[in-house]
Parts: sequence; structure tokens; C-alpha cells
Amino acid sequence: MDAFITLIVSFAIPTAIVAAIFVALLFYVLPREVRTIFKRELKSYFTSPIAYVLFVVFLGISNALSFFFTGVLEGGEADLFLPYFQYLPWYLILIAPAVGMRLWSEEQRLGTLELMLTMPLAPWHAILGKYLAAAVVLFTMLVLSFPIVWTVNFLGEPDNGVLMAGFVATYFVALCFLAVTSVISAITRSQLVALLVSVAICLILWLGGLPHLSEMLMNLKGGWLVAWPVLKLVNMVGVMPHFTELAKGVLGLRDIVFFVSFIAFCLFATSVAIRLKRA
Amino acid sequence: MIEVENLHKHFGSKVAVDGVSFTVKKGEVLGFLGPNGAGKSTTMRMVTGYLPATQGRVRIGGADIEENEIEAKSKIGYLPEAAPLYSDMTVEAFLRFAAEMRRVPASEIQAAVDKAIETTFLEPVRHQSVDTLSKGYRHRTCFAQSIIHDPEVLILDEPTDGLDPNQKHEIRQLIRRMGETKAILFSTHILEEVEASCTRAIIIDRGKVVADGTPEELKARATNAGTVLLRATGLAGSGIKAELEKLSESSKVEVVESGDDGITARIAPAKGKADKLSAAVYGVCKEKNLTVHELKVEEGRLDLLFRELTKKDADK
Repeated sequence: MDAFITLIVSFAIPTAIVAAIFVALLFYVLPREVRTIFKRELKSYFTSPIAYVLFVVFLGISNALSFFFTGVLEGGEADLFLPYFQYLPWYLILIAPAVGMRLWSEEQRLGTLELMLTMPLAPWHAILGKYLAAAVVLFTMLVLSFPIVWTVNFLGEPDNGVLMAGFVATYFVALCFLAVTSVISAITRSQLVALLVSVAICLILWLGGLPHLSEMLMNLKGGWLVAWPVLKLVNMVGVMPHFTELAKGVLGLRDIVFFVSFIAFCLFATSVAIRLKRA
Repeated sequence: MIEVENLHKHFGSKVAVDGVSFTVKKGEVLGFLGPNGAGKSTTMRMVTGYLPATQGRVRIGGADIEENEIEAKSKIGYLPEAAPLYSDMTVEAFLRFAAEMRRVPASEIQAAVDKAIETTFLEPVRHQSVDTLSKGYRHRTCFAQSIIHDPEVLILDEPTDGLDPNQKHEIRQLIRRMGETKAILFSTHILEEVEASCTRAIIIDRGKVVADGTPEELKARATNAGTVLLRATGLAGSGIKAELEKLSESSKVEVVESGDDGITARIAPAKGKADKLSAAVYGVCKEKNLTVHELKVEEGRLDLLFRELTKKDADK
């Protein structure tokens, strides 16, 4: 029973908080237009098979891989962080762009962009409404991976606070990848191109933060004159270190600011991409 | 309501719209004519604020489409050329979405949707998914979207495209009826449409306005305007032709049919004498004691004017 209560405290409450943030944003903070776009977009995720397929793929891969290949079952302590969360961002490199690829490219393919942009709303209403809908899809996906937490709690006595931090960190990474996809899908009308390019960029973003790369950069300064600034930039925006910090359970302001500003920048870039598309 | 001033649009080095100006007042239906690629759609996209203009201004009910974007856009209903729709929605859900986006108050949405469905004859497909609709229904669904908020300004890019003759007729009448209380700008390349529903028309060719006036004024500009068609007997055709050519009011006599005992001919008026030609022709007939079977003043034809204005330069 005690374990049950801890579970509720450490998961249901944070989940409810995130859900409440969404509701508050949509119903009290943001204008009606954002809500209308959000509703349409979310409905369209769940009336088509996309969301369900992605859920199954994500949950299947993440659970199967963590159990079969990373040895949670044998690792007596049931410390979920390393085996489970370390791999989640890797799946998200594929899953987040798959959720976001249709955001703007579908709009361009159908020609409805013309309709939307001649309606009385600011482009950021549409950008935000769509982004939030996709963010809710990713959130639902993470919430659905709850059984793994239950399993681990059944098997041992993990630190649920750290588990929760793992989920928060993972969600931030997912939101970053989604924001990147939003920009790319505004550039192309092909969902496939949007998916492939976004996956590539997310991969670079993720790998760019590898600790090895930072070390390499220290030693490379002299040569590689052309590549160095590029590598340095990639290294600076690499999301991995921020993920690792957050996932450890250190709720650092620095990392949260990084994630939030990264997302804000991408959404701004989306609006620029849409404007360029029209000119 | 719609004021367009010196509008330009360049795509790279290509000039799509080159200094177009016009106004549409409340109660006016302006037909926008031109061959494909003349810049009709580009102009409409700038008027609706979808494309930014390279140069020039657009004001909708006094609000500038770029500086005061949201206010201007809220006055417009727009049917884009391709009639785009969200394919994963039903007709009703789509219209509901459009009504919400167009700021119809929540309590009036149902009534607005019902009215738009009734006006555009969409009742049979109301609950059908958009991607199963035929072209005509798709077009009308998008049309319904444009009138759902009862806008002051309607901009319709080829509103009758893809409709069957009955539906075309209905939509034309609808445009005419709505034109009494709104400012409507619609593009078409069907000329009879202009006569059926416009109070004024503009012909545009390669980005420039080449003619602007009421359908009657435009027709009067056509080369065939004022031509008199005569079928008369009582004298050899060649004789009648010679008499007609002598008239100072005629510039050219085109023989349609000529025989020993009569003629059918088309007599083109001399410049500035179109209104006197028929009387002069009748005078000749009376003087020569001819039997007149037919004497008709032809109305100018829009299609001729259209071809004259838009073809000339293409041949250069």
C-alpha cells in the first residue's frame, strides 16, 4: 500500500501538474484561436492511425529493448536511469519527428495553409496551437509508458523521484526534437522529407552534446579551421548534457532555461520559414 | 470596401503583377478576368494578405492588410482557387472549425453552419468526410467556409470551377444576391459569368489592367460593337454592297451571302458613327425599295474584346 501511495505521489501528481499546465495555457492564457487550432490538430492525430501506430512502436521498442538488452531484470537495484532513460532519447530521435512531420508540410500539401493564413489570426497562434497538440501526443505517449514504472516498483524499491526526473528530462528532449521538426516541416511540403531531415538534425543535436566531442574540440583548436566553429556550435546546442543533468534529478534552472529557449527559438524560426515560403 | 493601389508582385526577376489598382464598393460585384497566368490569383492572394506585396497597398474597409492585418482579415471571406480543405474532417466539422476561426460567437456557430450548408446546398454530405467528396461538393464546402461569418468582403477565386451547369447557375445567382450587401471580387475565365453576375469587370493581362468598366461599357469597346447585320432582297447582292459601301457611316461591308436577288452582310460602323449606322442602312434599303428581312445592331461581344486585349501582345 505504501508503495502505491509513493507511486501516486511521484507520478500521478507531476502528470496532473503537466496536464494542468496545458489546460491553463489553452483555456486561460492563450487566445481562442490557439485553442481552436489545437483542438483540430489533436483530433486529427487521434482520428488517423498515426498516433496509435507511434504509441505502439514507441512503447514496444522502449520496453522491449530496456528489458531484453539492458538487463533491468538482472540488475538487482532496479535503477532505471541508466538502462531505460539513457536510451529513450535515441528512440525519440525517430519518434518526435514522426509525430511532428505533418504539422506544416501537410498544411502545404493540402493547400490549407492559404486558408489558415488568410484567417484573422497571427501566425504564432497557429504555430503554437499545432505545436501544443503534438506536444500533448508525446506527453500521452510518455504517460502510457507508466507500466514500466509500476513494474520496477513491483520488482524493487527504486527512487521514484529520480524516475520522475528521468521522465521530465526525456519530455524536454522530446519537445526540443519536436520544435526542430516544426521548423523543417514548415520548409517542405513532403512529410517524408520533413521526417528524414528532422531525424538527421535531431541526431546531430543529440550527438553534438557527447562528452567526447567536447574533449575532442579542446584538442582540435589548431587545425580544422573550417570545421571547428561548426562543431563548436553543434556542441553548444547539444541537448545531451542538459538531459543528463536533469535526468540525474538535479532540477537545474540552467538546463530548463536551455530547453525553453531552444524551443522558443525553433518556434520563432518556424514563423520565419512560413513567412519566407509566402514571399 | 476593397481599395487596391498600385499593387506589384515580383517573384525573383519575374513580374507577376505590375501596378494594379482598383476599388470595389459595397454593393458592387467586380469580375476579374484574364487569361491563365495573367496575375489574377496572385493579386487576390495579395488582397487577402496571403502573399506580401512587393509594392503597393491594399485596404479592406479602411484597414491596411499589412499594417492592420487581423482587423482587415476579419472582414474577408476567401475562396482560394484550389478550394483546399482538411481531408480528415467532415463537412460540418470543417465549417464549425472555420466559424470558430472566423470569430463567430460560440452561441451562433450552429446557426451559421446550418445557414452556410443550406446556402451552398451541402445538406446531403453534411456528415460525410471531406476526402470522399466529389469535386463539386469540395468546392462548395470551401465556398461555404468563405461565407460562414457573413463577411463584408468576399474574394472568390474561380467560384464556379468544377461545378455542373445547374450549380454554376445557382452560385452565380448567389453571388449576385450577396453582392447587393457586400463588396465582392471574383475571378473567372468564363465570360458569360461576368454578364450574369458582375456590376463591373476588369480585364488583366500579364500583370496589368487592360480594361475596366461595366459589362456594357466593355462590350461597347469590342470591335464588333455597333455592327449592323442586314438581310435584304430586291436587287443583286453586288449592287447592294456597292450602295452600302458608299455610306459615310460604314467602314467595311463584310458579305456573308450574296446572290442575284439579295444579300446578307455585316456592316461595320465608321469610327464614332455606330449609333447612326442602322438608320443609314435602312435609308439605303428604302431608297432602293428593298425588302428587309433582317436588320439587327449587334451588341459587342466580351469574348472578342477579351481576345483583342489579351492576344495582341502575345503575338509580338
